[in-house]
Amino acid sequence: MSATAATNQPVTPAPSRKRHLTERARAERRLGWSLVAPAGIVMIAVSIYPIVYAFVLSLQRADLRFPAANKFIGLDNYKTVLTSPLWWQDVWHTVVLTVIPVSLELVIGMALALIMHRVIFGRGPVRAIALIPYGIVTVVAAYSWRYAWEADSGWIPHLLGLKSDPLTSTFGSYLAIIVSEVWKTTPFMALLLLGGLALVPDELHEAAKVDGATAWQRFWRITIPLMKPAILVALLFRTLDAFRIFDTVYIFNQGAHGTETVSILAYNQLLNRLNLGLGSAVSVLIFLMVALIAFLFIKGFGAAAAPGGGER
Amino acid sequence: MRKLVALSAAALAALVTGCGGSSGGAATLNWYIFPEPSGSFAAAAKQCSAASGGRYNIVLNQLPSDSDSQRTQLVRRLAAKDSGIDIIGMDVNWTSEFAEAGWIKPWTGANKAAVTRGVLAGPIATATWKNTLYGAPLNSNTQLLWYRKDLVPTPPATWAQMIQEATALAKQGKPHLIEVQGRQYEGLTVWFNSLVESAGGRILSGPSTVAIGPAAALAAAVMHNVANSPGADPGLSNAQEDQGRLGFEKGDAAFEVNYPFVYPSALADTPKLAKVMGWANYPAVVAGRPARVTIGGENLAVSSFSQHPAAAFAAITCLVNAQHQTVDAVKGGLPPTLSALFDSPALAKAYPFHALIKQALQNPAIRPQTPAYSDISLAIQKGLSPPNAIDPSTIVKTLRSQIKAALSSGALL
Repeated sequence: MSATAATNQPVTPAPSRKRHLTERARAERRLGWSLVAPAGIVMIAVSIYPIVYAFVLSLQRADLRFPAANKFIGLDNYKTVLTSPLWWQDVWHTVVLTVIPVSLELVIGMALALIMHRVIFGRGPVRAIALIPYGIVTVVAAYSWRYAWEADSGWIPHLLGLKSDPLTSTFGSYLAIIVSEVWKTTPFMALLLLGGLALVPDELHEAAKVDGATAWQRFWRITIPLMKPAILVALLFRTLDAFRIFDTVYIFNQGAHGTETVSILAYNQLLNRLNLGLGSAVSVLIFLMVALIAFLFIKGFGAAAAPGGGER
Repeated sequence: MRKLVALSAAALAALVTGCGGSSGGAATLNWYIFPEPSGSFAAAAKQCSAASGGRYNIVLNQLPSDSDSQRTQLVRRLAAKDSGIDIIGMDVNWTSEFAEAGWIKPWTGANKAAVTRGVLAGPIATATWKNTLYGAPLNSNTQLLWYRKDLVPTPPATWAQMIQEATALAKQGKPHLIEVQGRQYEGLTVWFNSLVESAGGRILSGPSTVAIGPAAALAAAVMHNVANSPGADPGLSNAQEDQGRLGFEKGDAAFEVNYPFVYPSALADTPKLAKVMGWANYPAVVAGRPARVTIGGENLAVSSFSQHPAAAFAAITCLVNAQHQTVDAVKGGLPPTLSALFDSPALAKAYPFHALIKQALQNPAIRPQTPAYSDISLAIQKGLSPPNAIDPSTIVKTLRSQIKAALSSGALL
C-alpha cells in the first residue's frame, strides 16, 4: 500500500502538470503554425497554385492569341498529345538523354569521389576545383561546348581531324549534348557520392584486408553496399534533373537533328505558339513522368535504402 | 551575360519609368525594340523627345537580340495587358498576330497618312492586316546574292547555275561554298518563302488556306540540291545569318545569300576580301523569272494598353521620319522604307547596292499573313530541317498536312 502510495504520489500531480504542459504545448503549436504560415502561404502561391492552374488550363482550349475561342474541352488536349507521334519521339529522345548521361556520370562521378576521398594534401581546393563545372551556368556551358564542336570555330573537330561538322548529324549532336551534360553535372554526382563514401568505416576495409580481400572485392562487397543510400539519392536527383533537360539542347540546335526533348516540346507550345492548353497538357504529363520516376526509385530501391538510413 | 545585364537593366528601367509615368507634364513613352548597336535609335528617341516640346519623353528599352526571344517577351507582356509598353518594335511578320489579338492600335486618318506617304508598297503591306494599317514602317530589309568577283566573273542568275559553278570551283580546289541559312529557325522559313514565291507559288493564299503546291516542290528541291552539293557548307544545317557572314569572310565561300549588313562587316573585318565582293539579285528558281525575296524589317506599333496613345502615335511619326531613317540606314545599316531615300547621296555612298535593294523591295515576297504565323513557321522549319534530308517527292504532302495542323492550332508541333 505504501509502495503504491509511494509510486502514486509522484504520479498524482503529473496529470495536472501534463495538462498544464498541454496548454503550453498548444500555445507553442499555435505559435509554430503562425510562424510557418508565411512560408506555407508562399509555397501555396508559388508552387501549389501554378500546378493546379496548369492542370486547369490543360483541360481547356486556351490560346493567348485567340482569347475569344477559349473553352473547356475536357481531356482533348491529353488525347492530342498522347496520340501524336511527336510526343512519343520526344519521350524517346528524352529517355536517351537521361539514361546515357546519368549512367556515365555515376561511373565517372564514383571514380572522382574515390580520388577526392583519398586526397591527403589540399583536400578543400581539390574539391572546390572539381566543382567548377557545376558552378557554371548551364547556358554558358552549353554555348562554350557548342562553339567547341562547331566545324568553323571549334577545337574538337579540328583535334579529331573531322572533315564534316559533327553537329549536323543526329549522332554527333547527341554525342556533343551528352558530353556537355556529363562534363557539367558529374561534379554534383561526385560530391553526393563523396558524402556516401565518408560513411564507410575504415575498420571494415582494414579487417577485410587482413582477411585477404583484394581492393576490387572490398569495393564491391564493402564500399558499394554501404554507399547504396547515397548512390540512390544521387541517381534519383540526377535522373529527375536530366529528364527535364532543356537549356543544353536549346542552345545546341533548338531540338533539330532529332534531339527535341519533352521540355522543348512544352516550350514550343507554351512560349512560341502561346497555346496554353496544349502546352499545359504537355507540362502536366512531364510532371507525372517525373513523379513516376521518383515513385519507382523510392518503391523499387527504397527497401534497399532503408537499412542504411535506419542505421544513421 | 551582356544580354542578361541589358535585360535586367531594361526591366529596371521599365519599373522605374512605370512608377513615374503618370506624374503630370511630359508623358513617358516606353519604346521596346531590338538592341540596335550603332545607337541610332537612342539618338532618334532623344531628338524626338526634345522636339516634342515637353509633350512626351521616349525611353528606349532593349529587347533580346534574337527575334524569337523578342516576340516571346512582348507577347507574354501584351497578353497580360502590360501598360508599361507604349511603342512596340515589331518584326514585319508579327502584324497579323498582334492585331488579331487586339494588342496594337490601328493607324487611321492623319496619323496613317503621315507614316505611309512616300513609303514603298512592300513595307506597307507587311504592316497591314485585314485592310487596316497597324504599324509605321521604320526600316526594311532584303537579301542579296554576294559573290567573289575574283572567282566568278558573272554572278549566277539561278540557284541551279550557282550550284553548277560551286561544283566546278570545288573541282578546281578553289573556295566554293554557298552560304545560306539552314538552321531550324525563322531564317529557314525565310529561305523557303523566298524560293516558293520565286517559283511563282505561295505558302498560304488566305489567312487559313494552304496553297502549297508545285512551286513548293521546286523550292524544296532547290534546298535539297544546295545542301547535297559540293557547295554545301559543312555546317549548313546549323547556319544562321552570322555563320554565313563569317564563312564568307573566312574565304571558304564563293557565294553568300544574306542581308546587306555583311558588306560593312566585310569592309571592317577583311578589307581585301571586300574589294572582290560582288553583289547581285537574289538567284531565281526558274530561269527567266525574277526572284521574289522575303521582306524583313521593323514596323512601329502603339500598344492597346498604352496610357498615352495619342503621344505614342505622334512619337512614332517622328521616329520614322526621313531624317531618322537616313541615320538608321547610314549609321545602323538598316535599309529605309521611304522610296525617295534610296536616291539620296548619303545612302548611295553607304549602300553602293541601293538600286538592287529598292528593286527587291518593290515586289517582295511577304511571309504568310495569319495570326497563327509562328505555328506555321515552326511547322515549316521542322519539316525542312535538316535541308540535306528533304525528300523532294514527299515534302509537299508532309508540309501541307503540317501547316494545316498548325493553322487549326489543335495539333502538337
